[in-house]
Amino acid sequence: MTRGQINRLKDKAFAYFGVFCTLIGLVILAFFIGNIFYDGITRIDWDFLTNLPSRKAEKAGILTAWAGSIWIVIFTFLIVVPLGVAAGIYLEEYGEKSKLSELLEVNISNLAGVPSVIYGLLGLEIFGRLFGMGNSILAGSATLALLVLPIVIVATREALKAVPPSIRAASYGLGATKWQTVWHQVLPASFGGILTGVILAISRAVGETAPLIVIGALAYVPFTPSSPMDEFTVLPIQIFNWISRPQHEFSINAAAAIIVLLLITFVMNGIAVYFRNKWQKKINW
Amino acid sequence: MENKLEAKNVNVFYGEFQALNNINMKFKENAVTALIGPSGCGKSTFLRLFNRMNDYVDSFRMEGEILVDGNGIYTKDVLVDELRKGIGMVFQKPNPFPKSIFENVAYGLKIQGIKNKAVLKNKVRKALQQAALWDEVKNDLDKSALELSGGQQQRVCIARALAVEPSIILMDEPTSALDPIATAKVEELIHELKKDYTIIIVTHNMQQASRISDYTAFFYMGDLIEHNKTDIIFTNPEHERTQNYITGRFG
Amino acid sequence: MKKEKIIEGLLKFSALVTILTTVGILYVLLSESISFFSEVSIWEFITDKEWTPLFVNKHFGIMPLVMGTLLTTFIAVAVALPIGITIAIYLSEFAPKRFKKIVKPLLEILAAVPTVVYGFFALMVVTPFLQSFIPGMSGFNSLSAGIVMGIMIIPYVSSLSEDALSAVPKSLRNASYGMGATRLQTAFKVMVPAASSGIIVSVILAFSRAIGETMIVAIAAGQQPRLTINPLVPVETITAYIVQVSLGDVAHGTLEYKTIFAAGITLFIFTFILNNISFYIRKKFKEQYD
Repeated sequence: MTRGQINRLKDKAFAYFGVFCTLIGLVILAFFIGNIFYDGITRIDWDFLTNLPSRKAEKAGILTAWAGSIWIVIFTFLIVVPLGVAAGIYLEEYGEKSKLSELLEVNISNLAGVPSVIYGLLGLEIFGRLFGMGNSILAGSATLALLVLPIVIVATREALKAVPPSIRAASYGLGATKWQTVWHQVLPASFGGILTGVILAISRAVGETAPLIVIGALAYVPFTPSSPMDEFTVLPIQIFNWISRPQHEFSINAAAAIIVLLLITFVMNGIAVYFRNKWQKKINW
Repeated sequence: MENKLEAKNVNVFYGEFQALNNINMKFKENAVTALIGPSGCGKSTFLRLFNRMNDYVDSFRMEGEILVDGNGIYTKDVLVDELRKGIGMVFQKPNPFPKSIFENVAYGLKIQGIKNKAVLKNKVRKALQQAALWDEVKNDLDKSALELSGGQQQRVCIARALAVEPSIILMDEPTSALDPIATAKVEELIHELKKDYTIIIVTHNMQQASRISDYTAFFYMGDLIEHNKTDIIFTNPEHERTQNYITGRFG
Repeated sequence: MKKEKIIEGLLKFSALVTILTTVGILYVLLSESISFFSEVSIWEFITDKEWTPLFVNKHFGIMPLVMGTLLTTFIAVAVALPIGITIAIYLSEFAPKRFKKIVKPLLEILAAVPTVVYGFFALMVVTPFLQSFIPGMSGFNSLSAGIVMGIMIIPYVSSLSEDALSAVPKSLRNASYGMGATRLQTAFKVMVPAASSGIIVSVILAFSRAIGETMIVAIAAGQQPRLTINPLVPVETITAYIVQVSLGDVAHGTLEYKTIFAAGITLFIFTFILNNISFYIRKKFKEQYD
C-alpha cells in the first residue's frame, strides 16, 4: 500500500470509530432504560400511582412522591421565572458595559458550576433555619429555584439577543420608553426561546435529589401536602429510598418509579425541543 | 414657510472620531429635504440627531444645538419618548414587529394609552389609507406583517409612523431594500405626504432625490458642502464636489 | 418616568439576587466551617488519614473523602474524555449534516436523565455485570459509579469541544485540505491544536461536574471513607458524605453537623478553582479570535 492509501484507510477507520463513539453512550442508555422497563413496567398500575408509601413493597405507592414533585415544580416555577427573566432582561437590555454587569456575568457562570449539593447547604441554613421555613415545600422550591436560576437567565439572554436591534429601533422611534419596548416588542418576540429555557430548567429541578435531601426533605411522608409550608418528599427521593433497601421487591418499585420520572423528564425535554424548533422556524427576520 | 427644524453649530463624535463638523442647517415646514452623499459622510448620523436615536450608541457625543419648532431637544428637561411621538421614523430595512398588521400600526397609539377599540380602528385605517396600503390589506388586518411583501412591509412601517400623527417624518434610505415597483409606490406616497408633513430623507439614489425632494443637502466627510433647492443642486451646483457626486464621478 | 425607574430597579434587584446567592453560599460555608475549625485543627483536617466523625473514636481527616471523590472523578473523565472528544471531532469534521442534526439533541438526553436514575443503573446493572468477570469486586465500588458518571458527562465534553472546533476559522481547514491532507490529518494536526483551549475548557468543566456529582456516587460507590485507589472497593465521596449525614438525625450545632459544611467548603473550593480556570482560558481564547 502506498502512503496515501494508508492515510485514506485511517481516515475511513476513524469515521467508523466516530460513529461508534457517538452511538455507544446512547446505546448503553437505551439498554439501561430497556432494562428498567423490563423490571418495572408490570409494577405500574393504578394502585402504585395512588397508594401511600408503605413498609411492604407490594403495597407501597408513589402518591405522596409525585404529589410532592408537582408542588415543588409549581413553586420553583413561580419563583424562578420572574426572577430569571427579569435578571436576563436587566443584563441584556439595561446593564450597559459596566463593572457591575461584568461582575454579574462572571458570578452567574460561576454559580452554574456550583455543585447542587452545595445549594442544599445554602437552602438548609438560609431558607430552612434563617427564614424559618424548615424542610417545607417552600424551602425546597426556593433552593431549587436558585439552583436553576442560571439556566433561565442564560436562556433569556440568548433569546433576547436573537431579537434584531431594528425592532427596538422601530419601537423607540415611535416614542416608546425602554420598558414599553421590552414589554410589548422584545419579550413577545423572544417568548419561544425563554419558554424553552424555562422548561429545561424545570425538568432539571424535577430530577434533582441531593439538595432536597440536604434541606431535610423526608423519605417517608404518609400524607399528600396541602400547603407550601408542609413537609414533603419527591419522586427522586422516593426512588433513592427504595434503591437503598436490600430487598429485591423495593428495587422493582424503584424501577417502576424511575419509569414515571423518566417519562416526565423526556416529555418536558421533548416539549422544549418542539418549542425551540417551532420558534426558530417562525421567526425569520 | 417656517423653519421647522434647525441644526446650530453641530459637531458629533463617536469616541475620538468626529462624524459631523460644525453643521448649520434649516429645514422648511411641509417640504421634503433629501440628504445625499457617499457612504460614511455623516448623513444618517445627522438624520438620527432629530429624534435622538444616536443616544443608544455608546461612544456618541454631540456639541451644538438641534431645534424642533424653535426648542432645543438636547436639553436636560426634554423627555426623549415624548419628543419621538412627534417625529416619525422609517428605517432602511422594513422592520415590522412580528405581529399582525393591525397591531403594528396601533402600537404607537397603544403605548400612548389609547385603549378605545373604535378610536384605534379608525386611526389605524386612516394611517393605512395615508400610506396607500389600505386597499391591499383591509381584509387581512390580522395577518402577520412579516407575511407581506417587502414593499408592503415598508408601507406598514410608514403607516405605523403616521398613526401617531407626527409633524415630522425622518426616512433613512427607505427604499434601498425594495424593488423598483415598490420603490415607485413609496416615492409616490412621499409626494402625497409632504402636504401635511415635514420630511427628511436620506438616500443613495440621485434620481430619487431629484424626483421627490424640494431641497437637497450634500454631505461629504462630515461636512455639509451644499444645501439648496433641489433643481439648483442638480442643474447648477455651486461646488465642484457636488457636481462630481451627482454626476456619479465618485460615490 | 418614575415607573420606568421603579421597573429598572426591580430588574436590577433580580440580577443582584445572583450575587446574594453567592454571598449566601460563602456565608453559610464559611460561618459553619470557621466554627468547625475552632474545634478541629486545619492541620488535622488535611493530614489525618481517617474520616470517622460519626463514630465514637472520631477522626476528622478529609483526605479519604477527597480521595474517593478524585477516584470516581478520574474514572468518569477517563471514560468521557476519549469518547466525548472523538464525538466532537467526528461531528464537526466527518459527520453528514443530517446525522449531526439528529444526533446532537439525542446526546443531550444523556445529560438530561436524572442522576438518581444513573445511580440505579450503576448499582443494579453495571456492578453485577462487572462482577461477573471481576471476581472480588464489591457491591459498592468506584468503578461502576465512575463509568456511569462518565457516560453522563459525555455531552458536556462533546458539545463544548465541538463548539470550539467549529469556532476555528474555515480558512484554516481549507488550507490544510488544499495541501492534500486527509480529513483525519486535518482534524488532528490543524483543527484540534487550533481549538485546544476550548477543548481544555470542556475537560475542566467535565472534571468540575464529576467532582460535584452526588447521587450516582451516593448510591453506587458506597459510604465508607477510605484512602485507596482501588476501584473495586467501597469508598465515599465528599458529596456522598453530605447526603449520608443529611439522611440521618444529626442535631444542628453539633460538631457532626458542622462536618458537612467543612466537607462542603472543600468541595466548593475544588469546583470554584476549576470553574475559574476554565473561565480564564475561555476569556483568553475569545480574545484570540476577535
